[in-house]
Amino acid sequence: MTVPPTTPPDDVAGGSIYGPARQESDLFQVVEPSQGAEVFRSQLSSVGDVEVLKVENLTVGFPTEDGLVRAVRGVSYALHEREVIGIVGESGSGKSVSSMAVMGLLPKGARITGTISFRGQNILSMTRQQQRSLRGRKIAMIFQDPMTAMNPVYTIGDQLAEAVLSHEVMPKKQAMARAEEMLALVGIPQPKARLGSYPHEFSGGMRQRAMIAMAVINNPDVIIADEPTTALDVTVQAQILEKLIEVKDAFNAAIVLITHDLGVVAGMAHRTLVMYAGRPVELGKTDEVFYRPRMPYTAGLLGSIPSRGETTRLRPITGAPPSLINLPDGCPFSPRCPLATDICRTSEPELAPTDAPDHLAACHHWDVLAAAPDPTAFFRTESDARK
Amino acid sequence: MSAQPAAAAAESDYSHLLDVQDLVMEFPIKGGGIFRKVIGRVQAVSGVSMYLDAGETLGVVGESGCGKSTTGRAILQLHKPTSGSVRLRGKELTTMSNEDLRLVRRNLQIVFQDPYASLNPKMPVNDIIGEALKIHGLWEKDGLDRVAQLLKLVGLSPEHGNRYPHEFSGGQRQRIGIARALALEPEVLILDEPVSALDVSVQAGVVNLLEDLQDTMGLAYFFIAHDLSIVRHISDRMAVMYLGKVVETGTRDAVYGSPMHPYTVALLSAAPEADPELERTRERIILTGDVPSPLNPPSGCRFRTRCWKAQDLCAAEEPPPIDRGEGHLVACHFPVTDISAETASAAIHAAKLGNHAADEDALRLAKYAGAAAAEQSAPERAGGSTDTGG
Repeated sequence: MTVPPTTPPDDVAGGSIYGPARQESDLFQVVEPSQGAEVFRSQLSSVGDVEVLKVENLTVGFPTEDGLVRAVRGVSYALHEREVIGIVGESGSGKSVSSMAVMGLLPKGARITGTISFRGQNILSMTRQQQRSLRGRKIAMIFQDPMTAMNPVYTIGDQLAEAVLSHEVMPKKQAMARAEEMLALVGIPQPKARLGSYPHEFSGGMRQRAMIAMAVINNPDVIIADEPTTALDVTVQAQILEKLIEVKDAFNAAIVLITHDLGVVAGMAHRTLVMYAGRPVELGKTDEVFYRPRMPYTAGLLGSIPSRGETTRLRPITGAPPSLINLPDGCPFSPRCPLATDICRTSEPELAPTDAPDHLAACHHWDVLAAAPDPTAFFRTESDARK
Repeated sequence: MSAQPAAAAAESDYSHLLDVQDLVMEFPIKGGGIFRKVIGRVQAVSGVSMYLDAGETLGVVGESGCGKSTTGRAILQLHKPTSGSVRLRGKELTTMSNEDLRLVRRNLQIVFQDPYASLNPKMPVNDIIGEALKIHGLWEKDGLDRVAQLLKLVGLSPEHGNRYPHEFSGGQRQRIGIARALALEPEVLILDEPVSALDVSVQAGVVNLLEDLQDTMGLAYFFIAHDLSIVRHISDRMAVMYLGKVVETGTRDAVYGSPMHPYTVALLSAAPEADPELERTRERIILTGDVPSPLNPPSGCRFRTRCWKAQDLCAAEEPPPIDRGEGHLVACHFPVTDISAETASAAIHAAKLGNHAADEDALRLAKYAGAAAAEQSAPERAGGSTDTGG
């Protein structure tokens, strides 16, 4: 399948419906990928050397009546070209909030510090207008629930065309033609007829396809997919994930994949970032993280999911995640951690290198996990604990 | 007096604790006018038969809209089934009076999916759990002690009894829901996606609790879920549903180890596993399109529109469930015998009939676009399908 060309590189984009064309800084003169690319199916594509997105020491706080909710406390990662990075964590671990910060979608009251750079330029220090020209064009987002992310009173075609027209001046007809190409690309049959449909006329899987089409219509460099398949059935989930990878390869985009489903990350992500209580606790190659976890929380997560055909009791993590307003002293996981010692309750470990290259973990006792034959065995079942 | 021995005989006659036969559940679709005339019917469940024995877990899986929750509710008579029979200990529930049903429900309880919506926010936990006892007239002086016992049983501390639901986390709430269902010491629990709304680490705790309770109290579970790995973990037997029908039932090992219905094969192949190497190397069968509308199900086998093995026979005749060995019932004309060969045959089918699904979609679209629009789009369809197929 060939990908239809998007804006040719020498055809300078004009203004948008929000204003006349302006002189773009170097940042935005990103080399467009070749006009039309071959879509090939491979599970993990090669990763480029260029860092497209770099998040450094990002913190996000929300002031509330009860105090400051520290939703994200120091997230750092770099995303390379064509790379898929999976961010996993339970609800409230800050995985969505950190990526909303990248998109600039957090409410005004949010207190954001740190740097988020896109191809070397700090997004957080940009003007709102500069941010807006980046958002949806170079960094696109796929939301969890397409029914609420789309406008129910506009047709799919209108919404796709709007995504184009917000960033480029062109006749509506041309934008619609681009929208049709994109719908065909994501595997929606009868794309021309479907342009006139409303979101409610689409099934859940089709809406998520349209959402992917909307995300890639401006040929972005980074796609942030926030739980893209959580609302879908397993057979449709497989379709959507396959399509997402296909589209990513076609457009040479990188993906930040946020999910709580370890299975989704296992098959798709080059690297995996595990978050707990607003902090990254483990970062490394997906294989390293899954087969040789160096943070007890990751080991606990892996022990909580039943593996193929096993019927012995699962090994859950006891207790619940801490409140983000009153975090415990030391490591936030220490109250639930079977390996916790006194040092864990007094000093919070930093994300630091472990035995494998590029495998970082925030744990004082990663070496204990490294020495153990089965890292999940530290967690006991409830019936064991009672004995 | 003479009726009683007969009834007793009938009661001891039953072969399964819970026996569901040909259960049909239809919902009327009403028009918009003043009279809300019935303009059609949706068959959410069409002729489902399954059984549950004491102390065992039957896992019911399928995609959303396949009728698994409706089946659970129809068993409890929360929806009055259109036809078919539901027998608990040999007693027919579908024809029972409400008064008798209330007695039966002591033995048949349900745990709902959403622990946020299923607990009354204005009642403290003691009242939520005690209410079950009060309704059934079992509340005595030591009622509060009984509630405290139940709280302990599900891993909560009895002091929590005076708190309100909002003071608990999702996993704790689900435990309260389980304690409420257990208050009447039922034999059968219908678990309607009990862990779907919970985080992974919390999920495991609730699954363990359910297993522990089953071991100590001998409960039978009707476990409805869409998470295949959890169902595989907890079930003794499985039923796979598709569009209101059971397509395959059997022991867990038979269904997971050697699935025979193409839908089961595809479903298992689509489910992601937390094993990077396996995920990268295995080939999946990805079904195209969506589940057809239950308003207008396909003729013959309901899965044929998405099946790579479908032939003319599948459209003409509905496959009956056939025993393929040791109670492994499969409703398919061309059951899968070798799974490893199936990915290849699915791939060949996909390549050969690449445009087939698109055409089906076009027809479906034409239905609501009107006949005129269909004519207009016909030439475009040919153009469009070569685009996507190439």
